Amino acid sequence: MKYLLTYFKKFKLESILAPLFKMLEAGFDLIVPLVVANMIDIGIRSHDTKYILTRFGILIAMALLGLACSFTAQYFAAKAATGSAKGLRHELLAKIQSLSFTEMDTIGTSTLITRMTSDINQVQNGLNMFLRLFMRSPFIVFGSMIMAFTINTQLALIFLAAIVVLFIIVFGVMLLSNPMYKKVQGKLDAVTEATRENLNGVRVIRAFGREKTQIERFAAANDTLLRSQLRVGHVVSIMNPLTYVVVNGVIILILWLGSQKINAGLMLSGDVVALINYISQILVELVKLANLVAVLGRAVASMGRIGQVLDTPSSMSFAGRAAGGASDVAVQFDHVSLRYAGAGAESLTDITFTATRGQTIGIIGGTGSGKSSLVHMIARFYDATQGRVYLNGQPIADYAREALPRTVALVDQKPLLFAGTIRSNLLWANPDATDEQLWQALELAQAADFVRQKPHGLDEKVEQGGANFSGGQKQRLTIARALLSRADVLILDDSSSALDYATDAALRQALKTLPASTTVFMVSQRAGSIAHADQILVLDDGRLVGHGQHQELLQSCPVYREIYESQFKEESLS
Amino acid sequence: MKYKETLRRILSFARPYRLLILCSLVCALLSVAAQLLLPVIFGDAIDFMLGEGNVDFASILRLLAVIGIVMVIAALAQYCMALCNNRVTHSICRDFRDLVSEKLQRLPLSYLDTHRSGDLVSRMITDVDTFADGLLMGFTQLFTGVITIVCTLGIMLILNPLIALAVLILTPLSFFVAKFIASRTHRFFREQTLIRGEQTALINELVEGQRVVKAFGHEKQSLQDFDEVNERLADVSLKATFFSSLVNPGTRLVNNIVYAVVMLISAFYAMAGGITIGQVSIFLSYASQYAKPFNEISGVVTELQNAFTCAQRVFNLLDQEDQIPDDPQPVSPPVTGRVSLDHVAFQYTPDRPLITDFSLQVKPGQRIAIVGPTGCGKTTLINLLMRFYDVDNGTITVDGADIRRMTRHDLRGRYGMVLQDTWLCNGTIRENIAYGKENATEEEIIAAAKAAYAHSFIRRLPQGYDTVITGNGQSLSAGERQLLCIARAMLCLPPMLILDEATSSIDTRTEMKIQAAFNRMMEGRTSFIVAHRLSTIREADVILVMRDGHIVEQGRHEELLARGGFYATLYHSQFAEA
Repeated sequence: MKYLLTYFKKFKLESILAPLFKMLEAGFDLIVPLVVANMIDIGIRSHDTKYILTRFGILIAMALLGLACSFTAQYFAAKAATGSAKGLRHELLAKIQSLSFTEMDTIGTSTLITRMTSDINQVQNGLNMFLRLFMRSPFIVFGSMIMAFTINTQLALIFLAAIVVLFIIVFGVMLLSNPMYKKVQGKLDAVTEATRENLNGVRVIRAFGREKTQIERFAAANDTLLRSQLRVGHVVSIMNPLTYVVVNGVIILILWLGSQKINAGLMLSGDVVALINYISQILVELVKLANLVAVLGRAVASMGRIGQVLDTPSSMSFAGRAAGGASDVAVQFDHVSLRYAGAGAESLTDITFTATRGQTIGIIGGTGSGKSSLVHMIARFYDATQGRVYLNGQPIADYAREALPRTVALVDQKPLLFAGTIRSNLLWANPDATDEQLWQALELAQAADFVRQKPHGLDEKVEQGGANFSGGQKQRLTIARALLSRADVLILDDSSSALDYATDAALRQALKTLPASTTVFMVSQRAGSIAHADQILVLDDGRLVGHGQHQELLQSCPVYREIYESQFKEESLS
Repeated sequence: MKYKETLRRILSFARPYRLLILCSLVCALLSVAAQLLLPVIFGDAIDFMLGEGNVDFASILRLLAVIGIVMVIAALAQYCMALCNNRVTHSICRDFRDLVSEKLQRLPLSYLDTHRSGDLVSRMITDVDTFADGLLMGFTQLFTGVITIVCTLGIMLILNPLIALAVLILTPLSFFVAKFIASRTHRFFREQTLIRGEQTALINELVEGQRVVKAFGHEKQSLQDFDEVNERLADVSLKATFFSSLVNPGTRLVNNIVYAVVMLISAFYAMAGGITIGQVSIFLSYASQYAKPFNEISGVVTELQNAFTCAQRVFNLLDQEDQIPDDPQPVSPPVTGRVSLDHVAFQYTPDRPLITDFSLQVKPGQRIAIVGPTGCGKTTLINLLMRFYDVDNGTITVDGADIRRMTRHDLRGRYGMVLQDTWLCNGTIRENIAYGKENATEEEIIAAAKAAYAHSFIRRLPQGYDTVITGNGQSLSAGERQLLCIARAMLCLPPMLILDEATSSIDTRTEMKIQAAFNRMMEGRTSFIVAHRLSTIREADVILVMRDGHIVEQGRHEELLARGGFYATLYHSQFAEA
């Protein structure tokens, strides 16, 4: 909520003017019955044509003034709402960008996206409605009640009771139905999930001939959805008839008690009419208020979800110091362990090694053995839970946030490109790179050939996520991008897995031409790809079980030997 | 025309619920009648309260009793109507979704492969939801609205034709005002949707690509890019929100004018003695009651238009051609594992021939390896063998029968398949392994898991075999997912196998173990294997070397190596540095 307040302050004028003008409009609405009463009581009774015409003029003028007030109010409300939403979106994205991966992993990307889109939209809607209605409806409800008190205090007490009962009904139903709506949303998610499952798994489903079962599974989810929709429908449907009964019950009471008061000469029949009109008005506004509260409820929930992200502190702090001088030791791990937040066991345990500048380090190991975790720590995606990581001889935590990307370039397992052009993607790593440098990087990454074949070359369009490139092409483009950053440490995290062997081999040859000071970490599943490395780290279940060069490891490390032989069995036999 | 057709189809969906709809209509009529009647009774009751000492209590009591009865009837009618409407709308949507779900299973792969699944999901979820909202609003407000208009108009005509005429002519103005504004705001809404889509895409990219954003220290630049879109969105949002919010005040203006005009006319009538003051007040209350549904209906019309568009999109999907139905008199030859492709030709798009005149004889128990660089069309062959796509020319026969003469179920049941894209259904590990064989015993499931080397990791999961997998098994690693898919195929042990890069994201140690299991599984079974790892297919009986969709070489490992062609180049590149 506190985040919203800052925007209220920013749009102070709009936030005050919008409800004010709305109230003005409501005021005109409240005057209309008075003018009409005058037309009847004075105009018609005394046959005063001029009086009637001027009152008619007043009615028209009030209608026009009401319109003007309303337009003004809507404009200010819209401005404050859309402006706040814009600010929130900016703030949220900035926050997300500042979070470390530990927080991103815990929160989850898909919900972050929902919060940035639909949640903020909900807040915008809620804010807009709130500014328009929060003064108007209570104004009319309480205005009507006060009017009732001026007519007859005793009967007005019935009003007070009625308003309380109506409030209880309207908000009771809302309170009851809110969690039920949430349940409906959950069931709808299940139906969405089932649809996705059917679409993504179509080949397997058909291969196993399970079409019927899938249809049944879907129907089951669908039926559950229907049941929950009907259940909440039953509850919500009761609101209108119930309020209707209460209001008419009050009218019966007013008529009965009113008739006694009239009989006793304490009241006039016109007063009874007025009271009936006021109670009807209260009902109309109360229903509006309930709708408003429903919208607001959703907006508040959304705001809560947004605030939750904004409140998340980043678990990683960066030193302001710039990267210090060069050292012969490029990367050093000193008894490093890593346990992901919320994980039961360590993903890396007691890793120690030293990579000298200019070396090539191969990392190999089974699925889930911690290869990616290890290289992610070199890029400081995660901090060690025990031990220390040094970069160029300095603790990695001493690096400024901006300095790290210039020192370490990582090519992720999953190649990711951004909408734009090939050029715009490459320039991420180095905004000042010349075309010549771009081509050089592409050449090294074995991507130059296919880029040249594109009709627009470097300016070829890249769709979101690089959807218009094959997996292998994407991998090569991301490698080229990393090469452009000219970082001291280059990490290739199994980033040639989609390449065929010929291209992979050519890439490895090309990487040898990098400046001698570049330290290369190469994660791979193929023993052939890392056999030539200066050091090979063999990981198994998060532990360093082998460390050395190819020949040594073949002798000393059973895990390495097993991996190697599984790929080169025939060769070693012959 | 098209509109009418859509309406007809929507009505056909409503058919099973016609009794409920009728009930809803009757209830609507009852509740409206009661609501119109009550003010009249109130007026009558007030007329019995003439002044001090001059109140007819007996008559008032009688009228109050009537009010009570009418009120209860109206409330019951309202509740009943709401229940009916709810049931009808949501049931129709359920039927809609079930139909779409069935349709999805009948659509040819060629349709599903060429249409984004996001779009299909949005038809299933968002479109049907919008349709439901429109339908519900249509039912509740259109019914009562129209009935209210007709009834009030009738009563006013009886009371005083001239004033009724004035109301009749003036009120629809609000309708036009609403339409006038709506048509002009439409542009802004469209623009808003467009920019919102653009922004969502950007957000998706930035959030999902945070790893890269951070790795390159691109945060500032990304935020700037985002702000540019954000600015545009806020701008058009303001316009859309503001202009659309003018509809309500606009129509209210018309109503207020109508109210004033009615007052003016009736005042002159009253002065001339044409009507009583009591009648003036009835007119006034009816004039505002008459106008209200008009406002609502203008909202309902846009809502209904929306609903129609959405229904249309769903119908479009339902109208897509089904896959060619199975032969009505299918053959089911005894299983031997013999496959032959005879002069097969196939292309995905008419202008790009892919496979032209391909023939291959596979004897029972043979291993066929398909190799080639990325994107060379290896999966095409699988699409044809499994009959995910039909050949354009030539025939594929399995166990001596043209596969088009067999049922798909029968054909596919003869193959066990492990695909590159690991897909798991939402359910327990156990259910996933038993996916192809529902009545599998616990022993069979565990045996299959052990054979696929999945048993040990499954046991380590918190709930073991009862661990629930959601979101395509995101909590499992790619390798574990693949192990499960292998276990799934292991359990069925069909006579023929299709393995598509089944080992691509499993580390080589695990792969080696799986290879052994595969070898056991492939024993005596006809198998088609697609893989990058040449080591896994060296023992194949026939190697098909593919390039750009064509089969360029065909033969055994040694033969192909000796030939020194494309295969030899591929093979040697693997050991360039070893």
